[in-house]
Amino acid sequence: MIKQQASEDQTAVAGNMWKVSISPHLKSSESVEKIMWTVVACLLPPLILSVFVFGIQTLFITAVSVISCVVVEALSQKALKRPVTIKDGSAVLTGMLMAFVIPPGVSPLLPILAAVFAIYIGKHLLGGIGYNFFNPALLGRAFLLASFPVAMTSAWLPPVDGMAIFSYLGTSIDAVSTATPLAVMKEQGMAAFTQMFGSGASLYGSFFMGFRPGCIGETSSFLLVLGGIYLIYRGYITWHIPVSVLGSIAVLSWIFAGENYFSGDPLLAILSGGAILGAFYMATDYVTSPANKTSKIIFGISIGAITVLIRLKGGYPEGICYAILLMNPISTVLDGWFKPKRFAPPAGGAK
Amino acid sequence: MKPLLTFTKGGVHPPEFKAQTAGLGIEVMPVPQELQLILGQHIGAPCTPTVGKRDEVKEGGIIGEVTKGLGVPLHSPVDGKIKDIGTSTHPLRMSVPSITISVAEDASAPVYEKQDWHNIDKAELLKKVHAAGVIGVGGAGFPTHVKLNPPSSSPVDTLLLNGAECEPYITADHRQMLENTEDIIEGAKIILKILGISKCYIGIESNKPDAIEKMSAAAQAGSGNGYTIEVQPLQVKYPQGSEKQLIEAITGRKVPAMALPSAVGVVVQNVATAKAVYDAAVFGKPLYEKVVTIAGKGIKRPANLLVKVGTRIGDIVDYLGGLQPGLTKVIMGGPMMGFAISSLEVPVTKTTSALLFLTEDEVDTRPHSQCIRCGWCLDACPMGLEPKEIGIFVEAGKAEDTAPFGVFDCFECGSCAYVCPAKRPLVQFIRMAKMKAKRP
Repeated sequence: MIKQQASEDQTAVAGNMWKVSISPHLKSSESVEKIMWTVVACLLPPLILSVFVFGIQTLFITAVSVISCVVVEALSQKALKRPVTIKDGSAVLTGMLMAFVIPPGVSPLLPILAAVFAIYIGKHLLGGIGYNFFNPALLGRAFLLASFPVAMTSAWLPPVDGMAIFSYLGTSIDAVSTATPLAVMKEQGMAAFTQMFGSGASLYGSFFMGFRPGCIGETSSFLLVLGGIYLIYRGYITWHIPVSVLGSIAVLSWIFAGENYFSGDPLLAILSGGAILGAFYMATDYVTSPANKTSKIIFGISIGAITVLIRLKGGYPEGICYAILLMNPISTVLDGWFKPKRFAPPAGGAK
Repeated sequence: MKPLLTFTKGGVHPPEFKAQTAGLGIEVMPVPQELQLILGQHIGAPCTPTVGKRDEVKEGGIIGEVTKGLGVPLHSPVDGKIKDIGTSTHPLRMSVPSITISVAEDASAPVYEKQDWHNIDKAELLKKVHAAGVIGVGGAGFPTHVKLNPPSSSPVDTLLLNGAECEPYITADHRQMLENTEDIIEGAKIILKILGISKCYIGIESNKPDAIEKMSAAAQAGSGNGYTIEVQPLQVKYPQGSEKQLIEAITGRKVPAMALPSAVGVVVQNVATAKAVYDAAVFGKPLYEKVVTIAGKGIKRPANLLVKVGTRIGDIVDYLGGLQPGLTKVIMGGPMMGFAISSLEVPVTKTTSALLFLTEDEVDTRPHSQCIRCGWCLDACPMGLEPKEIGIFVEAGKAEDTAPFGVFDCFECGSCAYVCPAKRPLVQFIRMAKMKAKRP
């Protein structure tokens, strides 16, 4: 009950109606809400672009995902008799990220189910924000992938022609669905991949700008990187995790992903399969990533290595989702191993 | 200008808010009708009263003495009569023994004769510092004569004068460096003589360029005859004025955990303490006056006041024209480490450096939420601790298991709680941890 005591002390009001609390009396203007809503804002440009790439369907599926996450958060907190904190933006962010990692052509029922699993089981049953040890959005995706494997691996939409953003409404998804680049590469080989998506500069260009099949978060690498750099500039995330994740994916893909050693395509490896979304927005989630700089780099490199391992040897074309989920619970362990350096140990050796 | 130095680990940049009072010269506040002197002004044993009720006292006369243990005598700041020996409200210890003095109406200021301190030997100077009741007036309140007599096992080679004044709002030291410049430099030389060393650095943050300039000139003029005094400009970063951080910034030496600065051959004194040493050694004048910054939007007229120790805050408020609507918090000390008080009955002590009257928009009263483990507190902590873990442990009722996180290294600067986006009362958690955890 110390927690309650602390909050009461914080707002205890003296006889003169002045507030009395323990120092510091000055606090920075940053807040959890500000951080969460800023990240949400950084995800808006790729979302808007996705409407022009895949059609209005992406907006619809994102709205369903966000609304169900917020509703599930409110209901969970009510049911668990905790203060309702939907205004802090964390459920909105989870909803957006979840919509970004599922195929845009799936039935709206899927994100609703995923929201229940991610927010109620994955977050609030474990203690709420700060105590969940898996990234809720990725947990939702993993749950869907296990429960609806066909929809989750086939409901991809090819980019629309011109501005025909409403063209998929009313049509059966099966009629238009296509395969993602990594799936083509994995299942049909490099030749089919080159035939389908081209090669060289035009390939990188279309992947970087977002015109190729995939989920929302896999499309516009350019806008996602832009948002990520803004978050680093604001000090909300540090470079350690994104750089180590992407760097290790690039290096390991270059070594192992080609026909021979050292002949893989590192740029393609980074630009495909949601690596950028994962590196900047998922792996950097405060709660489920380490806090110390050294552990952050180890955490990032491990995620990159597991991603490449799953992509090359595993059963899925894409690996970063599971790589992050596998490393999430290890982050506290890493923080336990790599403690911050103390100012100065006691004289006569550290205790 | 010399390159700006600073400490290496952690630290934060809160807004400075110093403009309100930085330009206001030190103003002498008229003596109120009554003073209330807390008997425990310093770290160590509180004084025992040497006067009785209704006794007449003279300005500068001893009214309390430490009979056993660490401490310094307490002097009457005025001519007057002992009204009561009772208790007084104290921001931390609720109620403490104190002496109340009714100020005489026909008081005459005593004349302190100037002496040349060069002709007084070390031991005699040290005695004068003790007799004058000088303590570290920067905040800690450690008896100065003890600090100036370090154990022979740890020889001292450097004196640091602390003019960093890194807390927002406060400008009392800044004003004293501008207005009592020569006295502070002389005080530094007296301290150097007592310590038997020659080197003194004065650390001043670069947001006080006028003080750096004036003090540098005086330091240069005062150097020679075996004394080297040098002003070292510092980057603006909180908590630069913390003893260990200041020592690292200027000398590069790191004071080990649980150790005193003398362990690395350094003695640190506040610039205002140097002025008090000067008054004690040259005039034999005891320490019973204090320069206090009064600031914030909640007070009618902000000021830097020279007040008698024992002046009640209420009297200061009346003198400055009263309170302003919207006052939310009254703080004794700076906004980062000061104590919020609930009554204007609290008297000024020798260690009071500021009284802040803050309105709703100047303080943060947002409720705290769960830790999101962003790790910002790890980056902010100047001691390399893990405040977030300590907070989580304390919340989970495991306060006694927090010693491995280094709770006892924490000097409660509040940098962690300042940056915390979840507004967690981390200093409060750490204080709880300190109460329960076992000291290594």
